[in-house]
Amino acid sequence: MLTLPKKELIKFVIFAVVVLTMPVWLTPFGASYPGLLQKFAIYGLLAVGFNILFGLTGYLSFGHAAFLGVGSYAAVWSFKLLTMNAIPAVVFAVILSGLFALAIGYLSLRRSGIYFSILTLAFAQMSYNLAYSVLTPITNGETGLQLTLQDPRVLDLAFSEREAGLPIVTLFGIDMAGYGGFYFSAVLLIAGFFIAQKITTSPFGLVLKGIKSNQNRMNYTGVNTRPYTLAAFVISGMYAGLAGGLLAVTDPLAGAERMQWTASGELVLMTILGGVGTMFGPVLGAWIMKYLENIFSAFNENVLHGFFAFLPDNLESVVVLIASKFVGEGWHLTLGLMFVFVVVFLPGGLMEGYRRFVNRFFNGGKAKAEAPDKQTQPAE
Amino acid sequence: MATSDHNVVLHVADVHMRFGGLHALADIDLEVEEGKTHAIIGPNGAGKSTLLNVCVGRLFPTSGAVVFDGQVITGKKPHEINQAGVARVFQTPEIFPELSVLDNVMAPAFAKRDGAFKLNFFSNMHKEGEIREEARHFINDVGMTAKLDTHAGALSRGDKRRLELAMCLIQHPRLLLLDEPTAGMSRHDTNTTIELLRKIKERGMTKIIIEHDMHVVFSLADKISVLAQGRIIAEGAPDEVRADPRVKEAYLGSEQE
Amino acid sequence: MDAILIQFLNGLDKGGAYALIALGLTLVFGTLGVVNFAHGAIFMIGSFVAVAFRQLLTLERVELSETELSPWGTALEIRTPYALEWFGDFGNVLIDYSVPIAVLLAIPVMYLLGVLMERGLIKHFYKRPHAEQILVTFGLAIVLGEVARTFFGANPIPQPMPEAVRGAADIGILFGMAEHAVTYPWWRLIYFVFSLVVIGAVFAFLRFTTFGLVVRAGMSDRETVGLLGININRRFTIVFGLAAVVAGIAGVMYTPLLPPTYSLGMDFLVLSFVVVVVGGMGSLPGAVAAGFLLGILQSFAAMTEVKAIFPGIDQVIIYLVAVVILLVRPRGLFGRKGVMEN
Repeated sequence: MLTLPKKELIKFVIFAVVVLTMPVWLTPFGASYPGLLQKFAIYGLLAVGFNILFGLTGYLSFGHAAFLGVGSYAAVWSFKLLTMNAIPAVVFAVILSGLFALAIGYLSLRRSGIYFSILTLAFAQMSYNLAYSVLTPITNGETGLQLTLQDPRVLDLAFSEREAGLPIVTLFGIDMAGYGGFYFSAVLLIAGFFIAQKITTSPFGLVLKGIKSNQNRMNYTGVNTRPYTLAAFVISGMYAGLAGGLLAVTDPLAGAERMQWTASGELVLMTILGGVGTMFGPVLGAWIMKYLENIFSAFNENVLHGFFAFLPDNLESVVVLIASKFVGEGWHLTLGLMFVFVVVFLPGGLMEGYRRFVNRFFNGGKAKAEAPDKQTQPAE
Repeated sequence: MATSDHNVVLHVADVHMRFGGLHALADIDLEVEEGKTHAIIGPNGAGKSTLLNVCVGRLFPTSGAVVFDGQVITGKKPHEINQAGVARVFQTPEIFPELSVLDNVMAPAFAKRDGAFKLNFFSNMHKEGEIREEARHFINDVGMTAKLDTHAGALSRGDKRRLELAMCLIQHPRLLLLDEPTAGMSRHDTNTTIELLRKIKERGMTKIIIEHDMHVVFSLADKISVLAQGRIIAEGAPDEVRADPRVKEAYLGSEQE
Repeated sequence: MDAILIQFLNGLDKGGAYALIALGLTLVFGTLGVVNFAHGAIFMIGSFVAVAFRQLLTLERVELSETELSPWGTALEIRTPYALEWFGDFGNVLIDYSVPIAVLLAIPVMYLLGVLMERGLIKHFYKRPHAEQILVTFGLAIVLGEVARTFFGANPIPQPMPEAVRGAADIGILFGMAEHAVTYPWWRLIYFVFSLVVIGAVFAFLRFTTFGLVVRAGMSDRETVGLLGININRRFTIVFGLAAVVAGIAGVMYTPLLPPTYSLGMDFLVLSFVVVVVGGMGSLPGAVAAGFLLGILQSFAAMTEVKAIFPGIDQVIIYLVAVVILLVRPRGLFGRKGVMEN
């Protein structure tokens, strides 16, 4: 049951090693501190899940951030009401977001193509607006849901005294704020990657690919496509919920902005950037995005001046002035441009670029491009 | 080739189909017998494809019913009709362009085995040796073994048709609907396809075939229905139909070849 | 009764804005077949044309007074806007009416922007899948928003309306009610009328010109029109420019009601897409009707009486309507068969 074809098994082992050794090989990039590593693992997981829906099944959801938010809220409530242990938090996050995805998916999947995208967008915006307004008792509105000293934490307090100060999230004693949180998320990312591989290589996955490729033919082939797409939607919603739960595990706080549609858009970009429908692509996209975000937002004019110091003074100030528009606060400008460039020049994402590169320089262009998902066609 | 028991597989009973003012099908009554190849011919726009669409659940007839294997299938969804045992080759090939030829043929086999929905993502494609072998077998039957790993989207039109045929055959349907299975094929490919369809016939598969190519029709059909302007104007064994003056009139009246 | 009339009126101006944005969106979708997620950003850019125009007008020359001192003992700064210096009192009028005048400026600016967008980017996506169109225009929307933020900062910049129309119209009297029973701010009324005029102009343009005829033909059957040997490409560009102008001037006129900020585009985009879907993809009358309908519904949902029964309804009403419409009547209110279906 838990076996993979040899090729996939190799991919899996490589992936697991790469993820677990991230603290080592990211050191030269200055990115091996816990906060960023956690993000790499969590957003990687989010992208892997999103790819099951978008890459495999061909449905472009513009509302996946809602599940991320639900996961975060569920986890924080688990901390507040039950225990600071991370396990129940992520379990609740997955279950709740799964139920939420079931409801939204049941309705949204009655339509396909762009109508589906707009339906998911509408549901996500509704969730976001409600989280900010009426649902304030649950979400704590603009402030965001936080831990307080008065939280009941029934399970914890049944066994120990209430301590002074806010408690921290742990996994049976391991602090989840630092490297502990990274390894916890990394293990879940690897598990999530494994499940995604299982899905991709199973008959179930073949049906999903068939639905993406030609839904009409699927129907005349005796497949009831609706439950398949719903299953894909719920699974990918659960991934997003798990990612949201992990965000809360590493930093116990949940805000509505996590559900905003720009967050969904960012998720779409990660997946596109890396390569829709490939195994590594979405994770790679997530890592690159988070890394660049980290680098670019940290840059300011002083850093730039240092960076361009080798240029003549006048030229330097011009270059710095221009470059400063793209970093720091201007990171989103870079993001938007990246988005446009990737879609225009590299619709298959970085994985496609890599394949073209390999074909051109190592196979002399003779080998047939093995590109199962060159285009990001939604099921229409 | 007369069979003693007249076991009717498909009965199109009194079907009418109107699109606005257009009477696309009028009073169609058709019986297809087990193991027979029933050809439907007629000029363009006679309603042949509409008739097939009614049979597979793509269109819902204005009145009348389609009975398959003693069961009314009008109003059922396409996937239910397929699960009941009806497979169809379309006029423009409907395949999975992004998947390999092998996967194209394996997918319908899973649908046949697992039913309309099964959440089996813990089983593994590479362990499905039986289905893979069967798929290879049918791909071989349509003469495409050399293209096993090609992406279906890259195939020629004729190859796509043959692939689609293999996709239908692997489901072992009780009734196979063929909408111009040889259109766009070379003479040679057409002949191989005829051979293939003959072979299927020996296995006892019932078929309805729509075809313009009279060579194909007369090589395969046990019975022919001639459709013109939504009505069946003649029906019978190939030789009877060939001799029928109304058929000549219908054809010569609308097709200048 | 009064309350209902007031809410109805309140919905009209917002509805007008929705209708104008949705109109351009539908036009582009119907003729070019492009799902333009950057259309909201065009509305936003339009609103910043008004801001930029006013900033230009109010550029000041600063002199230090030789005689007067400020309370801090330094020389008093005398600020004179160049506009006043050059045009005298007329300069004051210009500044006062900066928003409506900016409409005139916005027309060529937005047209140019639209043409640039279409020629530079959108035209390469006519044949690409809708998902890719969505993605590339989404990226473009981010870029436009960020560019606006680079120039104008992140904070909303309020734009005053002309002095003369700052009050409210006493609409109630028209309906035989007591004085001041129902008042309606002039500018909202102006916006409503403005949107009607623009909508009317667009429809007249499409109905009575040969260009419009081709565009309408293109909306119902793109391929055939292409076969007629008509230079479709040039017309596509013009249609895109036209849509940009409509959204742009809608943005300009809306500035006194809602101070422009860079995120305005995204906010309005989601709403206007919902409007288009409710109206029916590809239907111009649908876009207009749905725009006003949703504006008014939103306004009613904001009533305290309604909110008391359905808490939070004002936040979600538009999306709720969209969801219900899409599920019950997938083609929207006025949608034709076959648009964006299989």
